[in-house]
Amino acid sequence: MAYSDKVIDHYSNPRNVGTLDKSKKNVGTGLVGAPECGDVMRLQIEVDETTNTITDAKFKTFGCGSAIASSSLATEWLKGKTVDEALAIDNMEIVEELALPPVKIHCSVLAEDAIKSAINDYRVKNGMPALEESKAHH
Amino acid sequence: MLKLPIYLDNNATTPLDPRVLEAMMPYLTEVFGNAASRNHPFGWAAEEAVDYAREQIASLINCDSKEIIFTSGATESDNLGIKGVFEMYAQKGNHIITATTEHKAVLDTCKHIEKLGGRVTYLPVNSEGLISLEELEAAMTPQTILVTIMYGNNETGTIQPIREIAAIAHKHGALFMTDGTQAVGKIPVDVIADGIDIMAFTAHKMYGPKGVGALYVRRKNPRVKVTAQMDGGGHERGMRSGTLNVPGIVGLGKACELSRLEMAADTARLSALRDKLERELLTLEESYVNGSREHRLPHVTNISFKYVEGEGLMMGVKDLAVSSGSACTSASLEPSYVLKALGLSDDLAHSSLRFGLSRFTTEEQIDYAIGHVKEAVTKLREMSPLWEMFKEGIDLSKIEWAEH
Repeated sequence: MAYSDKVIDHYSNPRNVGTLDKSKKNVGTGLVGAPECGDVMRLQIEVDETTNTITDAKFKTFGCGSAIASSSLATEWLKGKTVDEALAIDNMEIVEELALPPVKIHCSVLAEDAIKSAINDYRVKNGMPALEESKAHH
Repeated sequence: MLKLPIYLDNNATTPLDPRVLEAMMPYLTEVFGNAASRNHPFGWAAEEAVDYAREQIASLINCDSKEIIFTSGATESDNLGIKGVFEMYAQKGNHIITATTEHKAVLDTCKHIEKLGGRVTYLPVNSEGLISLEELEAAMTPQTILVTIMYGNNETGTIQPIREIAAIAHKHGALFMTDGTQAVGKIPVDVIADGIDIMAFTAHKMYGPKGVGALYVRRKNPRVKVTAQMDGGGHERGMRSGTLNVPGIVGLGKACELSRLEMAADTARLSALRDKLERELLTLEESYVNGSREHRLPHVTNISFKYVEGEGLMMGVKDLAVSSGSACTSASLEPSYVLKALGLSDDLAHSSLRFGLSRFTTEEQIDYAIGHVKEAVTKLREMSPLWEMFKEGIDLSKIEWAEH
């Protein structure tokens, strides 16, 4: 499979690999995928509660090059965004940025779900209502 | 200086030995006759070369040179052996026994036989990839005409108990066929001692050219015949028509001769290199060898690395030409049916690598491969949430995964 240089770059030099302290109230954690499906993505955000801005983002991904690249890119995009801006990230933006082949669009969907799941976790932890089920794209 | 990438996919195909090429060269140019032309010296020269190759092949597997039928490769040989027996022995019965871990050349041919009204039993294997002799015995019926079980497996290298299988088949009046593709030229295969009636093999797995293979068909005790699958000039004792691929056959003959002479030395060297590779890679936690470690080919190892994903792993070992346990040609990765048959879970089957060494593999290459794989697995695990959970002692089977 021919991957774009950007996928290969993110795979070879993944950004923001790591773990944030999920017990902290201002950290949201999203874990999506399943081992038997071949990909599991964990995405975490740390939020500055006064400005509602994401100050840090970390990921760990079990999956193919596209899944690793999608989550790596997602963490780059999350940093500095407000939570609302982060919620607006669409999987097709990831597909375009990484030039994912059609069979790998699933990886971008997973990344978008991981973002929403992390934000949801943050919201619930801080007494905000849970997000409604994100758009049905799978 | 080490040349990258390093080729460790010799179960798929081997490079041509330069000595084989040298033997073939005259038959691509000056000696171009048709071996079936009996009327002039051009034909005689070609026939002589073919006869010599038959002798070289026969010496390797301990048969009579007249028992070799030339084909285009092991797939054709498997087809000719199975379909040929099914048609030739239709009056005796229509039942064939094989195993779930056979090559597709056998499994798909058996499926075809089922469409023609044949009955096929697919024996399961244990966690080492071995069939059960008791289950084989229990599956035999008076209608069983053929038992076809491969010699050494292409994915794991597991060697089946060939002699015992042959004895059971013969006790019940059935023929015994084996797909010897991975074994012939690599380990001693003796059709007399092993009790083999029909055997498929090919040149390009033993440093010969692609496009030429053979089917051994026993002529005595019992006399075996297979119905031709191609109609034409009645070549090869009427069992396989078509002008002989003389240069290819010369190459197969030479490859067999070299294998016979160098097998002992190759085996000693390759099994030592294979053991080193395996020993080093098993120092990675949660890594497992697939298939039997006792009964197996000397140049193959298949290792699973838990908590890393197959395609990601293949990307990580880009400097190695190896084969993965998953066929990642589509969105949904299909894990290897052979590894699944051994009882591996989908994720473990995905994250496996098959290493096939050859006569041309060097220790320097193996050392590089060890470092490269270790680095890739370690890096991917550091990136893997599953590895982190495993290290924290979390039972992954207890997690409710959000499946997609």
